[in-house]
Amino acid sequence: MSGAGPRENIFPTRMALTNTKLRLKGAQTGHSLLAKKRDALTTRFRAILRKVDEAKRKMGRVMQLASFSLAEVTYATGDISYLVQEQAKSASFKVKAKQENVSGVVLPAFEVDRVPGTDFNLTGLGRGGQQVIRSKEVYAKAVETLVELASLQTAFMILDEVIRATNRRVNAIEHVIIPRLENTVKYITSELDEMDREEFFRLKKVQGKKKRDAEKADKLKSLQNADAERSPNVVEEGVESGGDLLSNRDEDVIF
Amino acid sequence: MTTAFKERNLLAVIGDEDTITGMLLAGIGHVERGKKNFLIVDSKTQVSAIEAAFQEFTERKDIAILLINQHVAEKIRPTVDKYQQAFPALLEIPSKDHPYDPAKDSILKRVQKLFGD
Repeated sequence: MSGAGPRENIFPTRMALTNTKLRLKGAQTGHSLLAKKRDALTTRFRAILRKVDEAKRKMGRVMQLASFSLAEVTYATGDISYLVQEQAKSASFKVKAKQENVSGVVLPAFEVDRVPGTDFNLTGLGRGGQQVIRSKEVYAKAVETLVELASLQTAFMILDEVIRATNRRVNAIEHVIIPRLENTVKYITSELDEMDREEFFRLKKVQGKKKRDAEKADKLKSLQNADAERSPNVVEEGVESGGDLLSNRDEDVIF
Repeated sequence: MTTAFKERNLLAVIGDEDTITGMLLAGIGHVERGKKNFLIVDSKTQVSAIEAAFQEFTERKDIAILLINQHVAEKIRPTVDKYQQAFPALLEIPSKDHPYDPAKDSILKRVQKLFGD
């Protein structure tokens, strides 16, 4: 029973038993806390998962719309791609990261951070300016959707990672640490019981021996008394021998 | 990792000409000391060039989101599938000529897998 399963290498004392019991209690508390954390994260994860799936599908439509508006621009002004590529200088469409806390896990969320003004003031000056502006807006909207999706996706990746780590910990505590501590407690208890039994047995043994010796001494005494009654001169000897207690050895006196 | 995303505020794009043009019109273009945050892929672009750009964008510290056309991602699929970092967030987007196929998306693949079990 105590030998089954792995246990800690520890000396079986009452102190160690108390310590191990405390640690077992700690492990159990930790396990329930971690399991709660895992549940909270999983709930969040499921919600995000659904949103990611939805947003990914929505993105297809949004990008289609954006492509169409660009086609309108190309139709109205001709090919502006080279112009646009060369005029791109510094980003006016940026993102800002803010963080959100889900049971101890920091989840980033991107926010659109648009600076007014653009690098392409002269694009579409000749004709198609309206289309260019409209296309700009449509694309900005599209990119906003993408940013939203990106933050969902990042949260998804991080949560995935954290949930895995938490799961590993929960399982480790449940299947390794707690059984080991339980085994240790069992081992220590059984060793202590064994020691108790040994002690008890030893005491019994000692008591039995003492009893036997006392009986022997009694018998001897009564024999001597009987002898003394038969011949009075032996009584004197007996008295003498009683007076000479220090010189002859008594078996019960061990010091 | 948790503090590193504070200074990430740019978007990067790898895609075909139309996608890039649209994104630039939206204002995400950023050119610093000749280094662009976008790469135009056409039929003549080498796969190694795409890989190099992908590596560069994923290693840059100021990029928060990397957008990549799905048909481009398809060309460097092993690299994309291997990419597991949270930052920059990798996003596969549809292009004009290639409609979006959710079955190919490496993230959606994981989503499907997680929903499956």
